[in-house]
Amino acid sequence: MQANYQTLPQTGELAQVRNKVLKNTYALLAMTLLFSALTAGVSIVMNPPQFTGLVTSILALLLLWFVLPRTANSAMGLAVVFGVTGLLGFGLGPLLNAYLNTANGSQIIMTALGGTGIIFLALSAYALMTKRDFSFMGGMLMVGMIVVVIAAIANIFMAMPALSLTISAIVILLMSGFILYDTGRIVNGGETNYILATVSLYLSIYNIFVSLLQLLGIFGGDD
Amino acid sequence: MEMSLWMKIAWALALGAMLVFLLPRARHMLKNSPKAGAGDWQAVLIPLVLVILFVLLLIMAV
Repeated sequence: MQANYQTLPQTGELAQVRNKVLKNTYALLAMTLLFSALTAGVSIVMNPPQFTGLVTSILALLLLWFVLPRTANSAMGLAVVFGVTGLLGFGLGPLLNAYLNTANGSQIIMTALGGTGIIFLALSAYALMTKRDFSFMGGMLMVGMIVVVIAAIANIFMAMPALSLTISAIVILLMSGFILYDTGRIVNGGETNYILATVSLYLSIYNIFVSLLQLLGIFGGDD
Repeated sequence: MEMSLWMKIAWALALGAMLVFLLPRARHMLKNSPKAGAGDWQAVLIPLVLVILFVLLLIMAV
């Protein structure tokens, strides 16, 4: 009986911690997505040159690799997250402007945005309701990412539309897998830092949006 | 959107740097990820197939 008395509060505390991480993650994710949309809107209006996406992506990667790991356990981590998401949002400006200049560009953007939202909400709800541990996928997802990055490097120079299409489709599947994996980790106590959890989910959403935009652009665009 | 050569090289370098960061993490995750249990892959494949069908629906709608 004594063991039960000791176990029950611990289980309750763990559940409280998980709920807190989950709540904080979704609150921060909502704020960063709004901030990202705001900086993307500013970028659309400013119409910066095409290389903006490259510069902001490199800056965001530097923040993700070198600054975030050192600040993730402090309030400074919040500023870094907003820095990363703001930069990535701003970098979308030239791409979105290119779509907006096509006949049905705004429809493609809104469809990609809505589609991304539905995919994220549905997968999150699935992971939250099933409470499954998807950590067995970790290695496979990382290997998939490496294959996609190598294919993307090759396609920069080969510029094959079929390969571009394949990469976009695989990225959507991989990022969907990452949403299940990351949400499963939060639910099962594998991730207790809401800043890192937010960044992971944000990057999945961002990549799904960009890849969906490219797929819809190829199949439904006029360019 | 056609990219200039220097932008192609810069993107390739950025993605190459990403590989340098991803490789050790992937190796670590491959070694330390738990093995899938009964029904685990099925639990993943069902939502992923639904995502594929949904994306096809979006493509047809545009």
